[in-house]
Amino acid sequence: MKFIPNSSIKKEMLNEIGLNDINDLFSDVPKKLRLKNLDLPNGLSQIETTKKLRQIACRNRSYNEIVCFLGGGIKPHYIPSAVKSILSRSEFYTSYTPYQSEASQGFLQAMFEYQSMIAELTAMDISNASLYDGITALGEAALMCSRINKRKKFVIPNNISWQKKSVLKNYTKGAGIEIIEVPFDKKSGKIDLDALNKSVDENTSGVYIENPNFFGVFEDDVEQINKIVKTADSLFVVGIDPVSLGICKSPGDYGADIVIGEGRALGIPMDFGGISLGLFSCKKEYLRNMPGRVIGLTKDADGKRAFCMTLQTREQHIRRARATSNICTNEGLCSLAATAYLSWLGSNGLQDLSKINFEQGQKLAKKILSVNGFSIIFTGSHFNEFVIKCSKNPKQINSKLLKKGIQGGLILEEFPDLENCMLFGITELHTDLDIERLVSALKEVA
Amino acid sequence: MYRFAFYEEPILNELRSAKIHEKIETGLLPKSLQRKKKIKIPNLDETQIIRHFHRLSQMNYGIDSGFYPLGSCTMKYNPKICEEIANWDSFAGTHPDMDVSLIQGNLEIIFELERMLCEITGMDYFTLQPAAGAQGEFVGMLLTRAYHESKNDADRIEVIIPDTAHGTNPASASMAGYKLTEIPSTKDGTVDLKVLEKTLSEKTACFMLTNPNTLGIFESDICEIQKMVHDAGALLYYDGANMNANLGEARPGDMGFDIVHLNLHKTFATPHGGGGPGSGPVGVKTKLEKFLPVPIISKKKDGTYIFDYDAPESIGKIKGFYGNFSVLLKAYIYILMMGKNGLKESSEIAVLNSNYMKKKILDSGKYTMPYKDLRKHEFVLSCEQLKQKKDIRAMDVAKRLLDHGLHPPTIYFPLIVKEALMIEPTESESKKDLDRFIDALIKIAEEKPDIVKGAPTNTPVKRIDEVSATKNPILTWDMI
Repeated sequence: MKFIPNSSIKKEMLNEIGLNDINDLFSDVPKKLRLKNLDLPNGLSQIETTKKLRQIACRNRSYNEIVCFLGGGIKPHYIPSAVKSILSRSEFYTSYTPYQSEASQGFLQAMFEYQSMIAELTAMDISNASLYDGITALGEAALMCSRINKRKKFVIPNNISWQKKSVLKNYTKGAGIEIIEVPFDKKSGKIDLDALNKSVDENTSGVYIENPNFFGVFEDDVEQINKIVKTADSLFVVGIDPVSLGICKSPGDYGADIVIGEGRALGIPMDFGGISLGLFSCKKEYLRNMPGRVIGLTKDADGKRAFCMTLQTREQHIRRARATSNICTNEGLCSLAATAYLSWLGSNGLQDLSKINFEQGQKLAKKILSVNGFSIIFTGSHFNEFVIKCSKNPKQINSKLLKKGIQGGLILEEFPDLENCMLFGITELHTDLDIERLVSALKEVA
Repeated sequence: MYRFAFYEEPILNELRSAKIHEKIETGLLPKSLQRKKKIKIPNLDETQIIRHFHRLSQMNYGIDSGFYPLGSCTMKYNPKICEEIANWDSFAGTHPDMDVSLIQGNLEIIFELERMLCEITGMDYFTLQPAAGAQGEFVGMLLTRAYHESKNDADRIEVIIPDTAHGTNPASASMAGYKLTEIPSTKDGTVDLKVLEKTLSEKTACFMLTNPNTLGIFESDICEIQKMVHDAGALLYYDGANMNANLGEARPGDMGFDIVHLNLHKTFATPHGGGGPGSGPVGVKTKLEKFLPVPIISKKKDGTYIFDYDAPESIGKIKGFYGNFSVLLKAYIYILMMGKNGLKESSEIAVLNSNYMKKKILDSGKYTMPYKDLRKHEFVLSCEQLKQKKDIRAMDVAKRLLDHGLHPPTIYFPLIVKEALMIEPTESESKKDLDRFIDALIKIAEEKPDIVKGAPTNTPVKRIDEVSATKNPILTWDMI
């Protein structure tokens, strides 16, 4: 077997340790449990495997083969070849959690750089080295708030994705945290400030908002929101799209205590919504309550600069049942991608990227609105996603678009108030031609 | 012998940066959100960036660098073909919300992989959603709760674990709101049936077990254990971190486990990525199927695949979308290539390699191995003898191995072995590489204590002061 070097010298090795038969090594497994035969096919050669996978891949369409305007969080972004090249270094991707720091200085330094850049970007003091994704990061943030102030109510806007709500419920149920949903303002698409004010009290552990929110709308009343949160002596948790931060104020600059987000846009492929990056940063006074791995800078025996995992007493392998989280394997390689990506962009590139995404969002909205039968429903200013109300059934519209090689917006079935509405999204990867194709197709189907 | 590169590589913000834009153009953004403060991320050219990360990579040890016998982590070789295919645009470039007609290939892979994992583990249904083993455990605990609640048996608030359990077990159970009870092992290093019987009660929700356990010992009383647990009305949970000992040999489903998690990045050869992304699929018996996360992927009569969200008793979502897709894809490719015989052989040789190393090292008399002799894919040595005689600790041995160009095993775990070295060679290593490690370990035991305690010297940095890193945390370049 190609991947099993000793398969040809099995007998010799067995003899060397005084055994005759490979089954002797399994004599401690009760006889009735020994499996006779796995009901799986025989192995394929690498040529056969590649052919089979090509056939399967044919039944997919990537964003390069179809124009995709889906909003709702995941959008295609450009990944520089330099980032892919760095990630393909197998010293990185075939290593594991840096338990032996002297053998892992490369990864550890990159994670230190990651933490530094995420803290800088969000204007927080510290960041961990990654969580699974932006969605689970919210669950961890809610648990952390409750650990800090021992309160049991966590307030969220009701216009976050249903997936996020479901994960949040699963993460917080065991800790007995009650989730309070605050409605959005039907006109602006922003959080309803009066309702928020009424929902936050001395039992509120934390308040979560997203900026831009799930509808793509900017929550620009951040000062008022922060005041409501701080008056109740509660914690302010902000979810961000890192792409927006090139031109938008960092949450730390408007009072956030914890910042979370989905980091996929930072050099990680869409991967069918798979491998992701949960961003998580906070103020340093909450360090010991933070979930996940943290890398610190220290010295070696000669006084030379060195890096290692630190504050491990918060973690499951030391503290076990009293750990700040159960997370062990995180998304190391994805935070490396983000480190390489952010260093490739630099602050200048990030500003440009941010501006382009904002402008693309304005351009696409304007173009769609020029078609009869489509209207924008919220007055709040938006980033690179926005909600469009259609005069016809959006499912029918999308299936007609599909025939023209276009994937339309995300249908917002989960919000009963938003009948016939779609969430459109655009990035720096969409060309003017893509926009024209969508607009002319919309004219035909509307 | 493997040697690290030695660089004093600057931190990114110490590299020569181009000027940061003077003005931030915020255009028509709402005033209250317009960025005023500059972002202190350096602006570098691509040559600088590539050299920086290239040098960092040369100061990092992976499986491609050499032997990596980290116990309970199954650091096996990651076939390159899996990497190549997973990077194809027609997989990596797919959007999870695309029309279902555009993602039939992905759904086929998920559907087929679920079935393969059912066969390999002897379970009835699988979800591929959890992002890592620990998240799989957490899902297992949520399923446990849903199951007992559905039976109006919500007073079951305790989870039992043996003292050899991985740290994630108690952490996951506690995150799900359970109270933990840890039971001591017998002098054989296995579950103490008498203690277990006494501990089980109408309050027990679940017993979490790894088999083979973290000492590498197969729990031969598993049939009695499963009966005891089920008679008490509790569920039996299988931590799949050690599944690499069992492929094609014995299945947790047949052993009576109700819930199983696997670590695809361990048993099924997907890369560990410096600590993720991993994947922690969860398998269940039929009685728990209705609680699995949504969506379920089903196959229609005409051969097309669909998402099914119609599961009113489901626990809902545990992470976004459908699991760490590229990791699932790599595991699928690995299973296709290995086939039934290859999988079985991988476990056989993993166990053979482990027992070969164990015997050779113990024959030297330099290390001891508490508990039962026959081990599966991993074994746990003790350096207690070295500590008594020469004041050499497991930590010192580990660091000295680095000087031999070898990655150390897991140390100080499981907690019931003093000065533990937990060694898992996997099936990927040749006899020559096993011998080199064995020789190094024996040689270290013969070396002068000050050499071993002064190690490592052959790494980019010498022994690291982890204590002051904790006392005075410097976690960003702003804190330097």
